[in-house]
Amino acid sequence: MRRLPQYAALAAYVVFLAFPLLWLLSTALKTPQEMALADPTWIPREPTLANFTDAFGEQDLVGAAARSLGVALASSVVTVVISLPAAYAMARYRGLVNKIAIGWVLVSQVFPFILIIIPLFMILRDLELVNTLPGLVVVHVTFTLPFALWMLQGYVRAVPPELEEAAAVDGATRLRSIVSVVAPLLAPGVVATLLFAFISSWNEFMFALVILQNPDVMTLPLTLVRFTGPEGVARLGPLAAASLMATIPSLIFFAIIQRRLKSGLMAGAVKG
Amino acid sequence: MRIRSALAAAAIVALAGACGSGGGDGGSSSSSSSGEPVKINFLSLAWQKESVAANKQIVDEWNKANPNIQVTYVQGSWDNVNDQLVTQFAGGTAPDVIHNDSPALSGFAADGYLMDLKDKLPAELKGDIPQAAWDTVTFDDGKGGQGVYGVPFLQESQVIIANKKLLDAAKVRVPTAAEPWTWDEFSEAAKKMTKDGTYGVAWAMKSPVNKTLNLALNFGGTFFQTAGGKTTVKVGPEEREVLQRIHDQLHTDKSADPDALGQGTADPLPAFYKGKFALLPAGVYLRQQVAEQAPDGFEWVTLPGPKGTTAQQGAVSQTLSVAQDSKHPEEAMKFIAHFLNGPNQARLAKGDWLLPTSQAAASDPAITTEENGWDVATASAKNLVVAPFLKVNGFDEWKTKVATPVLQEYFAGKISLDDAAKRLVEEGNKVLERYQR
Repeated sequence: MRRLPQYAALAAYVVFLAFPLLWLLSTALKTPQEMALADPTWIPREPTLANFTDAFGEQDLVGAAARSLGVALASSVVTVVISLPAAYAMARYRGLVNKIAIGWVLVSQVFPFILIIIPLFMILRDLELVNTLPGLVVVHVTFTLPFALWMLQGYVRAVPPELEEAAAVDGATRLRSIVSVVAPLLAPGVVATLLFAFISSWNEFMFALVILQNPDVMTLPLTLVRFTGPEGVARLGPLAAASLMATIPSLIFFAIIQRRLKSGLMAGAVKG
Repeated sequence: MRIRSALAAAAIVALAGACGSGGGDGGSSSSSSSGEPVKINFLSLAWQKESVAANKQIVDEWNKANPNIQVTYVQGSWDNVNDQLVTQFAGGTAPDVIHNDSPALSGFAADGYLMDLKDKLPAELKGDIPQAAWDTVTFDDGKGGQGVYGVPFLQESQVIIANKKLLDAAKVRVPTAAEPWTWDEFSEAAKKMTKDGTYGVAWAMKSPVNKTLNLALNFGGTFFQTAGGKTTVKVGPEEREVLQRIHDQLHTDKSADPDALGQGTADPLPAFYKGKFALLPAGVYLRQQVAEQAPDGFEWVTLPGPKGTTAQQGAVSQTLSVAQDSKHPEEAMKFIAHFLNGPNQARLAKGDWLLPTSQAAASDPAITTEENGWDVATASAKNLVVAPFLKVNGFDEWKTKVATPVLQEYFAGKISLDDAAKRLVEEGNKVLERYQR
């Protein structure tokens, strides 16, 4: 009974978090007439799947989702693979180079995308990476890398160097101490960075819009925007149906990875 | 460990897949001399279901009939097309055939990104589209002449969508295409319909510039003047008329629904169906939403836009252009000529609920029927004239940075018309100056 307020607060929070998803579901199942009611209904009076058939019939949503998933997975994994050793170096070797590197990371976050999109586009064109998914992965990694590096070096710093020194005393080489002692403690940080990079890439629109022209390589955000017209007018039903579908791959990814995040956090807590 | 392995494997598979599916250079690649068909990319901004279907169908028909010139249909988005094109023009990878609207062409033409089609237009296509529509896409070519930088094919006029029950109950004269309301009659009708919590009219003014500038031509309001080669902003008595009349409906007559003021074009529709107001001035394309969404039994009619000293309205055209860097401009022009022939324009206009520029298309029974107000909408095309602001280099920046916030403040009753006029002119001229150095 004493926990009742806590449960109530938790329930309210869950409802708050679930609101966008429930609204999407409700909208996706409504007829155009019901969507235009001045007093919106939560539960569709005459549920219809027409919005789903329209959305899937008109656009290659499954293909676009598969491509987005591929790009987001590749971008997130490559980001972590590149940033992990760099983050270790930044955290453990302090000096002028380190300071410059950190400064670069911070400065790189200051530039607006629109400022660098044209030179970047020209570089990609010269590398014949325009209109290709690997080109988009390169761009996403480039833009995710600085923040991922920043995140990971914080996690590395949280691992006491004394643990590595203790391993060295026990005869472990530096590589061995990194692999056996530091890496397991970094698991939650790696997972969090993966999630960050995945979300950044999954949602990214502007670079994909500029780089991808061939309809056969377009990603999900480019496909979703096709349900919108000028001055904010949108085909709300098919857009909601398509957006709902677009959340599924990322939900699955999160469901898989969140267990690792949880166990990683626990491992870090015990060993710390 | 299993998770890590799975992620690593997924990444490898994804990269491999990405590498495999990412072919193509994005531009027009092969040439007919190698025996391969010429490939053309067509960036289309169609977004309504029927319009997308019509676009795709015409492209499919073309591809079947022209095995040597294959067109790839690429769907874009109105909200982002200019950002996309700026980058792709700079990178030399823009689509061969580009769908846009006429206000966007001036800047791209001045920067040399669009091809002058003046000498490439087939006589049949040129003759089927009235000069007034060609004027919307004719700009200074930078060499002392005038170039044609697109083919205009769909136009939008302003009409009034009315709740028939409230219109009949007010016992006002129902305007016709031949005899539209004057602005005075429009204001009187709105006042008569304002009672018992119902407003006469709703002005959705989230994006007020195009709507007010196009209607300002009713009184000869041009907002820009050019003298001695220099263009400046002008807000005189002609320009003030429509601004003042809309403001009066909002703040003096109180016959305009204040809730609609900050809304986008389609946002007031739920309140319209509920009978909260009777008249909704809007672009002709909004009829599509009303036809699709209006509840059973809701009766609505399309009325012509109001008339000042004339019924003229500013015209903005949707256009097809050819990129200057296109490797196949002749083939692109052939495709455009087919895509925009009379029968095809009728299909496109019907799909987008807009007005065709083609005279052949305008006589198509599908877009002259009384159903859904097509007759009124199509008749309004005769009042469309080239909007003077289309020719003004820097108009887009003036519209975004100066006119939109100033008009929003004015219609919200926060500043006077004198203040609004002063800011439109002074701040506007500073913007224009940069474009005329």
